[in-house]
Amino acid sequence: MRMPAPDAAVLQRRSEILRALQKIVPGEGVIVSEAERRAYESDGLSAYRGLPLAVVLPSNLEQVRAVLRYCREVGVKVVPRGAGTSLSGGALPLSDGILLGMSKFNRILEIDLANRCVVAEPGVTNLAITAAVEAKGFYYAPDPSSQIACTIGGNVAENSGGVHCLKYGVTTNNLLGIEMVLMDGEVVRLGGKHLDAGGYDLLGVMTGSEGLLGIVTEVTVRILPKPETARALLIGFPEIAAAGAAVAAIIAEGIVPGGMEMMDRPATKAAEDFVHAGYPLDVEALLIVELDGVAAEVDHLLGVVETIAREKGATTIKKSRDDAERLLFWSGRKAAFPAVGRISPDYYCMDGTIPRGRLAQVLTRIGELSKRHGLAVVNVFHAGDGNLHPLILYDANKEGEIERAEAFGADILRLCVEVGGVLTGEHGVGVEKRDLMGAMFDDNDLAHQERLKCAFDPDGLLNPGKMFPELHRCAELGRLHVHAGKLPHPDLPRF
Amino acid sequence: MVVFAPANLAELGDAVGEALAAGEPLELVAGGTKRGLGRPLQLPRTLDLSRLCGIRSYEPSELVLTAGAATPLAEIDAALAEHSQMLAFEPPDWGALYGLSPEKAARATIGGALAANLSGPRRLKAGAARDHFLGFRAVSGRGESFKAGGKVVKNVTGYDLPKLMAGSYGTLAALEEVTVKVLPRPERETTVLLLGLEPENARRPLEHALASTLEVSGAAYLPAAAAAALSAPRGLPASALLLRLEGPKPALAARRERLRKELAAGCESSVLDDADSAALWRAVGNAAPLCGLSSSALWRVSAAPSRGVALAAAIGRSLDMRWYLDWAGGLLWLAVLGAPEDGGAAAIRAALHGEGGRESGHATLIRGSLALRHAVAPFEPQPEALAALSRRVKESFDPARILNPGRMFEEG
Repeated sequence: MRMPAPDAAVLQRRSEILRALQKIVPGEGVIVSEAERRAYESDGLSAYRGLPLAVVLPSNLEQVRAVLRYCREVGVKVVPRGAGTSLSGGALPLSDGILLGMSKFNRILEIDLANRCVVAEPGVTNLAITAAVEAKGFYYAPDPSSQIACTIGGNVAENSGGVHCLKYGVTTNNLLGIEMVLMDGEVVRLGGKHLDAGGYDLLGVMTGSEGLLGIVTEVTVRILPKPETARALLIGFPEIAAAGAAVAAIIAEGIVPGGMEMMDRPATKAAEDFVHAGYPLDVEALLIVELDGVAAEVDHLLGVVETIAREKGATTIKKSRDDAERLLFWSGRKAAFPAVGRISPDYYCMDGTIPRGRLAQVLTRIGELSKRHGLAVVNVFHAGDGNLHPLILYDANKEGEIERAEAFGADILRLCVEVGGVLTGEHGVGVEKRDLMGAMFDDNDLAHQERLKCAFDPDGLLNPGKMFPELHRCAELGRLHVHAGKLPHPDLPRF
Repeated sequence: MVVFAPANLAELGDAVGEALAAGEPLELVAGGTKRGLGRPLQLPRTLDLSRLCGIRSYEPSELVLTAGAATPLAEIDAALAEHSQMLAFEPPDWGALYGLSPEKAARATIGGALAANLSGPRRLKAGAARDHFLGFRAVSGRGESFKAGGKVVKNVTGYDLPKLMAGSYGTLAALEEVTVKVLPRPERETTVLLLGLEPENARRPLEHALASTLEVSGAAYLPAAAAAALSAPRGLPASALLLRLEGPKPALAARRERLRKELAAGCESSVLDDADSAALWRAVGNAAPLCGLSSSALWRVSAAPSRGVALAAAIGRSLDMRWYLDWAGGLLWLAVLGAPEDGGAAAIRAALHGEGGRESGHATLIRGSLALRHAVAPFEPQPEALAALSRRVKESFDPARILNPGRMFEEG
């Protein structure tokens, strides 16, 4: 992976920089030794690794401000990191930059049930927020599959989703406010316990900005009353197209399920072999539909979905009778990635989103690509929102397979864009999809995004090398091309 | 004054490019229904976007609609209604509020609703306009066309620029095409009204309703004066706390009865169903209880929901006003009676931010005389670090300040 050329001057001054950082964050807050830095060399996308200049673990706002001010002064790059569960290499270290770990910001600051929100430091895990309020009947809705480990600050950086996001939204729809520090050490608060930030929606911009704009030091999220009941249907179809048609019909009927997941035959088999969830093995597509809400309504909708499934040719339909059975239905889907890990030494998880109506066509094309690249693929799919997770199977120990997996993955993502979709639905661009941005955006599109970064981080020190295929200097991007004095469009309609 | 009316993206780029070359700022207008909002503009050129209209693609099963930015909301609503879908953020119609004829009010566009990030009562449950804004094509103040976001409901590719455009009032770019998420329209709706509650007793039932599992999709409180001023579906005889439930018919009556049982103990309650309920919530979103007070300054204040009642009381100690709460207390609408010189700005913002300025929120002057909109900041003034960041964001899209300069904040 091509990363920005290391700054030789910074590397040369390493010991001086480390001494200065140790003054700001005393004690064990600066990790210097190679062995200890090794623990931070990659995130969830472990194919890419690198050692940071140092790992810095601040424990309060003033330290974050001082570290950023210092790094800006001496021109040291900063790569933020939460729990390091990113699947796109968002927290991949740079050899001439510090890795700013936010793990010591691990306290829940306030539970405000009257306003249905929780204020937390960014290093609190996603699941810990739900754990803090579930006794009172509330939960935090976005549930990325890494929710035991991933942090809420990382969720903000990546705009994380989860299986329930069709109905309850992704991080950005559940975030009320943040406190953040800019590269110059300025502290900015966006939003709060009220709805809608005033002025420009910089809260919306920060969410999903992949650590390129600022360091989040406090988060306020909305919590919801836990639905009274949830029931799931397990539905098998003899063809992918029939399952796709059922999904479309459910939505056309006006139903927005709490979760709607699809697996193809190989994914179903891998999951069933692993957790024995009772999945039918004679179907081409397995659909899990979960309905949640008020019991009377859920029971009613369950019947509607069942009718639709039959009309669309389902060969198996099971309805969960109790919560244990509902969780059993989910257990295979939730274990799909490790299940695939059992049948292949390595797998590479893609994350494109497509218009749902193109599903059958896209899966057929993925099958053809699989043959061409000589690598098997299994498909799991957030059917409700069109977010595909093809898992490409490969063996990193076999010469050339990782490169083939990457090429196959890139072809899949280009295919997603070609049919009207996007490169990434929830994992982020990071380093992984950086060089594919040109498939979706032209130079003008990217320049407008990069200039926005300049407004936050004019020296380009925050997480460079991520998201954008090329690095441009802000001065160069900012130049305005005006043909002064001339009217370039004399035939423009005017009234 | 020269009016430019581009018919497509290329012409839009030309119009902005030429304004840039001439150094003459543009006022962006489409339906022209929200010109009363924000700082008044007097600019040498008008960019009339209204020809950039028409639904370009709508796939009901994808829950996605793409349209020219100046497509009238009425046209979009009609297309969605054919498939029993809707814009779930319930964009309000403020025509009456600004004294527009129904004909003129009907010109409100999807681009305008998004650019102002205006959401109605369902914002509480379904999110704001910005939460349904998936992608766009636009021309920035650099005269360059660009796009961002996508045409699918789930996307994290690149910065979420649709969020930035939402609520930017045309100060960053001129939208040419927008893509929005649409959702199924609930089969039925019903509203429970708790009557005669004094303001100090309204907070608890609002909190209780929102903490319940009954999925309340609207929660408002109208003190007696505001309740009496409602005309559609009819005036209410006493203060009213309104709670809306929506969903499929078979379960709705049961949910409604549970809500009444849980909340209505000890007070009079009644019910409005379907068309009557819909009319009631339209009135709430459109500020109908305050529209009649046409000469008063009208404010919309966003604060933590639990503060709503107390905030109204605090402001009421220094201002004569008529008010009501939406968003379970999180949105305070108020019309300032009498005519304080600043339209009540100082008193409202002082109460909003509390002692020491610790409390979060923002107060927006929604309607006021030209003089008032010049004299006070219609949008909440920001702390310096945030204001400076916002200025840099504006400069990155519109360095020569030719798009609606000064509409949101005073610009040098």
